[in-house]
Amino acid sequence: MEKINVSMKVNGKDENLNVEPRTLLVHALREHLEYTGAHIGCSSSHCGACTVDLNGKSVKSCTIFAPQAEGAEILTVEGIGTPDKLHVIQEMFKEHHGLQCGYCTPGMIMRSYRFLQENPNPTEEEVRFGISGNLCRCTGYQNIVKSIMAAAKKINEEAKVEEKEIA
Amino acid sequence: MDDVKTPSSEERKSALSGLGTSRKRVEDARFTQGKGNYVDDIKLKGMLFGDFVRSPVAHAKIKKIDTTAALALPGVHAVLTAADLEPLGLHWMPTLAGDKQMVLADGKVLFQGQEVAFVVGDDRYAVSDGVALVEVEYDELPVVTDPFKAEMENAPVLREDIADQKEGAHGPRRHPNHIFTWESGDKEGTNKVLDEAEVVADEMVYYHRTHPCPLETCGCVASMDKVNGKLTVWGTFQAPHAVRTVASLISSIPEHNIRIISPDIGGGFGNKVGVYPGYVCAIVASIVTGVPIKWVEDRMDNLMATAFARDYWMHGKISATKEGKITGLWCHTTADHGAFDACADPTKFPAGFMNICTGSYDIPVAYLAVDGVYTNKAPGGVAYRCSFRVTEASYFIERMIEVLALKLGMDSAELRSKNFIKKEQFPYTSALGWEYDSGDYHKAWDKALEAVNYKKLREDQAKQLELFKSGKSRKLIGIGLSHFTEIVGAGPVKNCDILGLGMFDACEIRIHPTGSAIARLGTISQGQGHATTFAQILASEIGIPASDITLEEGDTDTAPYGLGTYGSRSTPVAGAATAMAGRKIRAKAQMIAAYLLEVHDDDLEWDVDRFVVKGAPDKFKTMKEIAFASYNQAIPGVEPGLEAVSYYDPPNMTYPNGAYICVMEIDVDTGVSEIKKVYALDDCGTRINPMIIEGQVHGGLTEALAISMGQEIAYDEQGNVMTGTLMDFFVPTAWETPNYETDFTETPSPHHPIGAKGVGESPNVGGVSAFSNAVHDAFKPFGLTQAHMPHDHWRVWKIAKDLGLHN
Repeated sequence: MEKINVSMKVNGKDENLNVEPRTLLVHALREHLEYTGAHIGCSSSHCGACTVDLNGKSVKSCTIFAPQAEGAEILTVEGIGTPDKLHVIQEMFKEHHGLQCGYCTPGMIMRSYRFLQENPNPTEEEVRFGISGNLCRCTGYQNIVKSIMAAAKKINEEAKVEEKEIA
Repeated sequence: MDDVKTPSSEERKSALSGLGTSRKRVEDARFTQGKGNYVDDIKLKGMLFGDFVRSPVAHAKIKKIDTTAALALPGVHAVLTAADLEPLGLHWMPTLAGDKQMVLADGKVLFQGQEVAFVVGDDRYAVSDGVALVEVEYDELPVVTDPFKAEMENAPVLREDIADQKEGAHGPRRHPNHIFTWESGDKEGTNKVLDEAEVVADEMVYYHRTHPCPLETCGCVASMDKVNGKLTVWGTFQAPHAVRTVASLISSIPEHNIRIISPDIGGGFGNKVGVYPGYVCAIVASIVTGVPIKWVEDRMDNLMATAFARDYWMHGKISATKEGKITGLWCHTTADHGAFDACADPTKFPAGFMNICTGSYDIPVAYLAVDGVYTNKAPGGVAYRCSFRVTEASYFIERMIEVLALKLGMDSAELRSKNFIKKEQFPYTSALGWEYDSGDYHKAWDKALEAVNYKKLREDQAKQLELFKSGKSRKLIGIGLSHFTEIVGAGPVKNCDILGLGMFDACEIRIHPTGSAIARLGTISQGQGHATTFAQILASEIGIPASDITLEEGDTDTAPYGLGTYGSRSTPVAGAATAMAGRKIRAKAQMIAAYLLEVHDDDLEWDVDRFVVKGAPDKFKTMKEIAFASYNQAIPGVEPGLEAVSYYDPPNMTYPNGAYICVMEIDVDTGVSEIKKVYALDDCGTRINPMIIEGQVHGGLTEALAISMGQEIAYDEQGNVMTGTLMDFFVPTAWETPNYETDFTETPSPHHPIGAKGVGESPNVGGVSAFSNAVHDAFKPFGLTQAHMPHDHWRVWKIAKDLGLHN
């Protein structure tokens, strides 16, 4: 099959790919760009293990073609923190035992990352609804919900401190 | 002179993060940053991909396989069929249960989704194109999906390869579709008790077919290095060492030339215990092509072809006095094994530990018979978050208790309490021959009933029932009770082996000169957090902080031999090996310390992280000092270095237990259920890491919720899989999943070095009964005695309809 060029920005870096047009975004990310954080659990949009952030929206990267991401800004779990300074959500998942086998975790964290921007002060019920597109087989969600609630609190507290400092 | 106060024993103990601490997980740094290393993340130079052509039908002769078009496709390198594997003797492979299974369809197919041909190509897209172009002509045969019809006189013969064999791996076979009959207990004695009993309850309890469905499917990367003659396979293996031995036996590659590596595993739940055709085909393809081959299932492959669980039809009779003292238990099970007997059970137990079906109760006499039969369904029969059929056994007895309580007109909480094995009866030998190690069931039960305020719950339920009866509400409340006893930690080599491999486990420890350490085990974590918890066991044993101990598992070239992680065996067996290896380290450390302090070994005592001269607390050597000394001192009669290995053969199984209670509200008109409360009390003996225990319980309960309330592998009469995607196969989201209350009692195992029993599977075992019993309990006032799982909305609606509640 003839290949085409696709350009996108992934984790702040410009990337140019030469792929078959049918290449799924998740394969482009995992196999061509070697960002293996996004995982494949079902290839049918049910499990959310492949969730990434695309132009400010949560997207299941197993169900869109790489060419559909032409010109897009993509953020994967590898792009939200560094080993020295994890993102608050990553910290809170560690702190509250929000993961076990780790397979759903990158998708779960990326969904939480977007969700907390959509709804910075969620109730527990809103968190549960907000992540209902992401399956986890290990944790029973209770500690994932706890992690996200704790992250929301922490992000808001940090924002208040910043406001004060500015004031 | 020195202002720094020596930390107290307590302070030093706390610095170790040893047993009993909720230590944060060391695994999480890489997983939260997307730096896990799962099979599908592995990318080797020149690697090709492989995938299967699968059968669209459940039973057929194969007339022809035409690979011409597929092979003509650019990007396709090879197509393997049974004919290609036959010269290597690899078109069939042994199963863990003593049967054999087709690797690729040999003349016929026996279930939908069966592996027919293996296409190898440049990438998964090219392979997919190739798979679509392989032409297979099928001549369809009549299908058997009902296990009760498998042994009929005119039933189609499924396994023509063994149709005439009168003797199977587990004794005589009476029909071509019969696999085995397994009996346990006193048949005559039980029948006599049942005949003479004051009260007998008789019920058929079905535990439906389901699937472990870990979020990561099965897969591997096989790499045959022809220069060095070494085969390396990275794969989703819950038992890497056993895979190495089996791979050597079936491939004739010497075992030292095979290296099996289980990298990070995205959940197992029993799915990744078995050996699957994909592994064999990837290995053969790598040998044929000389390059690494990756095979990874997709979700449909996973649900259709690898490792179903359960599918037990359990006919039970339980007898009691009028006062509710149980006198006997009888069970006949029809086990639907699918097309090949690929159950993952210890060899001597073709129905696993189904003979733990007397549960938590002191039942004087019992009898169990299990008939395994072939049907046109996928093989498997794995222990889905369970120790070899314990879930089935526990569900059976917990339903029978409820049915008996109905018959007696007695509250089932009271019936349980009346029949529990008493604390003073431990160690207790059950009627079916197991020696329960320890427990205090009454204490746990009373604590549970009090915690949920059981009396008040029943009152609230009665009020709701009145509202329903008077037409003011269309909702009912069900209270689901469950007490379970597991049998885990397989197991003693004297009666537990898989393919002749004794089910011991091992730990090897090396202490480095600067006082940190590495420990390697024969198990492999799939999310349980071994790297965190086993370091805690060791920290308490050898006085080195858990954070200074690296844990490594899953590489057969470096880890000591062990039988892997499933059946809650890691803590009972490998955890014991860890403690024992730690004790060997400490024994040698004591000799070194005695030399350094110029005292006799016996003049020293252990204090958290050091040896202290008795009566002279200021004279001591810390483990750190001892570690360094072991590398730089010439000590007469003592070898340099500080290492130990322990192979642990457990003297007995362990018996975790617990009391679970669920309160559920059911809408009679829609069948929709809402979980109002789940209380789970676990007794897993000594608790290593309470945070991780709680996490395991949450996860196991959610799997139990899924199984009891909707999750199934369903077939139609033609053998089509009706639930082959996550659209149809129920996996609860955060939205459907409730919050859980966890609790515990702590009754250590008397025979385990640290008293731990294992916990990961308990919530699945106890949870299913609690959820299912809640549904039954809601409809009890209207005469419901038994309704088969899963209790999805439609089936619950149907219960209400059949009971006339919709009029």
